[in-house]
Amino acid sequence: MASVPRLCLLLSIIPTILILCADFACCNTGRKTGDGLDTDFSGFSVPLEHSFEVDDVSRFRMRGALQLRGGRETSVSLSQSQLSEEDRNTLKEVAAVDGLYKIRVPRVSLTDRQTERQMDGYLTAFVRACSLVESHLSDVITLHTDVSGYLIGVSIVTIPGACRGTEVEDEVDLEAFNTTLTIIPPTNAPQPETALFIERMDIEHEKRGKPQEQKSFFAKYWMYIVPLVLFLMMSGAQDQSGGGAANGGGR
Amino acid sequence: MKSSVKMAKLTSLFVILLSFFCISEAVFEDQVGKFDWRQQYVGKTLFAHFESNTQSSKKMFVATDKNIFASFNSRTGDLLWRHVDKTGPEGSIDILLLHGQDALMVVGDGRLLRSWDTNIGGLNWEAVLDTGSFQAACFVAIQDTVKLVAVLKKAAISLHYLSNGHQKWVENLPDSDAVQYQAVYSGGEEEVYVLGVVPNSHLTIIAYSLEDGEIIKQRSVEASWLSSIESSCVVVGQGVLMCVDPATLALYTLPIQAEETPEFSQILLQSLDLEVFPGFQPVLVSSQPHPARSPLSEFFLQLGPDHHVLLQLNADGYTIAPLRDFQPAFLVSFATTGKKTVAAVMTPKNETACAINLFSVDSGRRLLDTTVLFPLEPNGGKPHTLYVHAFLKKDDSVGYRVLVQTQDHALTFIQQPGRVVWTREEALADVVTMEMVDLPLTGTQAELEGEFGKKADGLFPMVLKRLSSQVTLLQAWLAHLWKLFYEARKPRSQVKNEVTIETLSRDEFNLQKMMVMVTASGKLFGIDSKSGSILWKHYLENVQPNAAFKLIVQRTTAHFPHPPQCTLLIKDKDTGLATLHVFNPIFGRKSHIALPALPRPILQSLLLPVIDQDYAKVLLLVDDQYKVTAFPSTKNVLQQLQEMASSIFFYLIRSDQGNLSGFRLRKDLSTERIWEVVLPTEVQKIVAVKGKRPNEHVHSQGRVMGDRSVLYKYLNPNLLAVVTESTDTHPERAFVGVFLVDGVTGRIIHEAVQRKARGPVHFVHSENWVVYEYWNTKSRRNEFSVLELFEGTELYNSTVFSSLDRPHLPQVLQQTYIFPSPITTMEATLTEKGITSRHLLVGLPSGAILSLPKMFLDPRRPEVVTEHSREENLIPYAPEMPIRTEWFINYNQTVARVKGIYTAPSGLESTCLVVAYGLDIYQTRVYPSKQFDVLKDDYDYVLISSVLFALFFATMISKRLAQVKLLNRAWR
Repeated sequence: MASVPRLCLLLSIIPTILILCADFACCNTGRKTGDGLDTDFSGFSVPLEHSFEVDDVSRFRMRGALQLRGGRETSVSLSQSQLSEEDRNTLKEVAAVDGLYKIRVPRVSLTDRQTERQMDGYLTAFVRACSLVESHLSDVITLHTDVSGYLIGVSIVTIPGACRGTEVEDEVDLEAFNTTLTIIPPTNAPQPETALFIERMDIEHEKRGKPQEQKSFFAKYWMYIVPLVLFLMMSGAQDQSGGGAANGGGR
Repeated sequence: MKSSVKMAKLTSLFVILLSFFCISEAVFEDQVGKFDWRQQYVGKTLFAHFESNTQSSKKMFVATDKNIFASFNSRTGDLLWRHVDKTGPEGSIDILLLHGQDALMVVGDGRLLRSWDTNIGGLNWEAVLDTGSFQAACFVAIQDTVKLVAVLKKAAISLHYLSNGHQKWVENLPDSDAVQYQAVYSGGEEEVYVLGVVPNSHLTIIAYSLEDGEIIKQRSVEASWLSSIESSCVVVGQGVLMCVDPATLALYTLPIQAEETPEFSQILLQSLDLEVFPGFQPVLVSSQPHPARSPLSEFFLQLGPDHHVLLQLNADGYTIAPLRDFQPAFLVSFATTGKKTVAAVMTPKNETACAINLFSVDSGRRLLDTTVLFPLEPNGGKPHTLYVHAFLKKDDSVGYRVLVQTQDHALTFIQQPGRVVWTREEALADVVTMEMVDLPLTGTQAELEGEFGKKADGLFPMVLKRLSSQVTLLQAWLAHLWKLFYEARKPRSQVKNEVTIETLSRDEFNLQKMMVMVTASGKLFGIDSKSGSILWKHYLENVQPNAAFKLIVQRTTAHFPHPPQCTLLIKDKDTGLATLHVFNPIFGRKSHIALPALPRPILQSLLLPVIDQDYAKVLLLVDDQYKVTAFPSTKNVLQQLQEMASSIFFYLIRSDQGNLSGFRLRKDLSTERIWEVVLPTEVQKIVAVKGKRPNEHVHSQGRVMGDRSVLYKYLNPNLLAVVTESTDTHPERAFVGVFLVDGVTGRIIHEAVQRKARGPVHFVHSENWVVYEYWNTKSRRNEFSVLELFEGTELYNSTVFSSLDRPHLPQVLQQTYIFPSPITTMEATLTEKGITSRHLLVGLPSGAILSLPKMFLDPRRPEVVTEHSREENLIPYAPEMPIRTEWFINYNQTVARVKGIYTAPSGLESTCLVVAYGLDIYQTRVYPSKQFDVLKDDYDYVLISSVLFALFFATMISKRLAQVKLLNRAWR
């Protein structure tokens, strides 16, 4: 996943098209635990938990750890372990009964680290277990933050997202998650584009305005004035010389 | 140069476009009132007065709880004029006094004193009063003419001239911290008396000189039993204060004007052979017919809910004689005409009517031939207040008309001998929610429909049945033709098209519907959308004043022979407990269906597309333990619910915690929480959530772009628009948040923040777009913003939409515009198939309803015009949204205080029915894309048919001529 730093600023000429400006996104495929957590990482880590049970009662277990870093460049990365044999079987069973695969992350603030970074409660999302199985554990997890950096929601989708009932034969396909992780801050809604409009109007005005201003009153309305004058002259002439001028007035 | 040509072309295109709209929007003069109607209301009456006491007077004046001062024509009940003041306590009317041509009003808890000319409703003058909460006011007369008005505030009394409102004097009341001054009295003397009380201690009487406001005397009277003058005392006779004490069951009298130190004298009710209904607070009613004279010495004492006694204070000032006992009697009132004062008493007569009689006040004798019957409606409110307009007839006897206000805020005006002259349903001034229901089919149509519903029983019977129904149809048609022919001969004025509940039937294009309106007072109305006449009403008693209502159409008229069914969910806001009222929306009758027991507070209700065997949609009610109750809950329904439980999702929103959560139904009707989104309340609070309307159709799946490719719309029926406002109200940091959340998966589809913005936010969520309006705190103006969602040029799954299988986020386009007016409400038009282009209906504070083409709110409006955008008919971007007066669909019929706009599709694709409600109700039709499926009114049938015939004959003749010519040529 490529990072798209501030691309939307460049595209402000076409402000109608908003690009979901993912500041930084990183994915981390199926790493084993302890496989080199960046030591110079100044962020903090929160657990990502998941739950999939045949009886649909949530029992959340550890899936991995989310490395979050706040500040100007919000970033997130995920380190997660492989699914155990037991988990794989449960997941398959849950998929067979059309159960749900749920994930949750605790509510945290990315910016405000000192005071009550960890609030009570979790953010939960779900996906159908069958679609997770059929996509061979390829999921896209998106974290949403609000203006002040609180995590407000999490979502999980699988690609492809459909459940077609295809059997996943190969056990290896269900071992490691293939996760794409994004963190999406709110987009700024546009303001009315007055400046650009005025500029455009000015240009237009200049283009149209100049030739018109040069024209004098007579130049503009000569087509009305000349016949009028002619008519007046003719009618005046008619008075003096009777019907003689009437023929000439026709033209 | 080339570009300027282009520009000119474009502007001309623009102008053409605009003129196109102008034509489609404006109403022609002869169309006024043809498809639209308006009804004006005033609200619950607080004060009512009649003009002068002559038989011919026609005016009456009311002041209401909606801060309205209005005048009615008492012969017709029509509004003569109406003044709508500010809403809320700032405009509340404290008192309305009437004297001659002047109506005096204190407004806004003693903020303003206003005088109105009652003839034309013009403002004579307005005076700003000193601060302090209003207590009482009365007219003050000097030498038999009323020249002043006294206004008593918490800590001051002021006198104002009636002629110009100038203040004569103002005096601070002594010791106003301890003493609660509650009454002011003037009986035509040189003083004005102010009465105050120190609860359960003593009474204070202060006499002020009218001339300069000097305190003439000040008395303090021991009264340890007295807690409030307002509720338990009146002035009767020659300035005698009469109080009633419910504890000792006694009347107390005290001469106010006495020179020496006065004392209360006690008269036990027992000594008068009177008994108070247990637990009832006795009430005194007196009358002061003229402010320049002292009040009557007769007064009423109410001893129980339906027990009144007429008493007389004897001339000695401290003994009382009972004149007449009225039991049962609901309401009593005094009325004066000339020198005569009468008492009107309302007594129950039978189940369906009450009788009102006049009694002579002096003797308590019943006046002959004065009985008036007040009909009690079976589903109406009980009588609440009586306003009597008495007058002297030519033979010097007393005649009267009476205005009865019932608990459901209705006003009924009755004339002797018991004719109901008019009724005003003032509950309609506060409509909370409404629905439009299709009218039922006529008998013959229904029979034809019924034919398809029944099971087939052989070919031959079916043919017979078909033939018989065809014959019935033919009969009906012939009867209709005959009626048309018959009526055509009559003059037009005699043909009456009165709508009654019996003759209701669907018209050809389903343009006439039944409007079911729910009002805050708990009264339901069924109104014919074509004429505006009220066809049925039903008052629900025991509805709490703060109740929330939700009206649900469970079964439409389409399932003959099952009657249509509406359900009203009434939820008490304090306890959260809900009750259901199930009724037939066409006739208003309550259905006798077993209702589910709802012992727990209800959090959410949702109408499922699942239907039971009687074609009623299933309503699910979620209680605070997340248990689900189904209504109706037959076996069939429960079985269906079990089968599809795993695909029933719902959401709950707790705005106080900023919590949005989703649930899935389990087979045992319990639920499991499956997603949760939390918006921290320290940052922002949820102000509104809107889904899409379930009856909305979108005809076109995408938009054809200039290059002939298709941009597909993101049409997620489960999408919720959540609007938040920041808790930080500083203009620089305030913001409005718009979240688009999938209601099934809880996925945040889009999250936008409008910086430097503040509410109130009005928004519409429809199709693939959200339009919202907010206040820009930086530029100090109202702005509109539009969000549109597109899937892109390819559809993910073109056959079906599932929230569970739509992994890619949609493209979001957004644009913002300046709107030159604040708005009060907003709604989008709705049509049968969704082919017609959409308009936004915007209610403005001025009372106008603006029909704004959605075309102007299109985030794809280009900044720079290109070939493609012109191909697409996109209007070039302009930051300011225009308001054209031709777009006002209600021309000059302004709707005061628009609160909501309801739109409903009709049978014609081009036509959308619109109802705007608030203080007034306005119904009309709009045609967002002109009437493309209707021939015009002035369509020239004669011309077209004559041209056709002429052509036909011309062909015939020319054919004949050609033949002749050919034959001739052949002979040659």
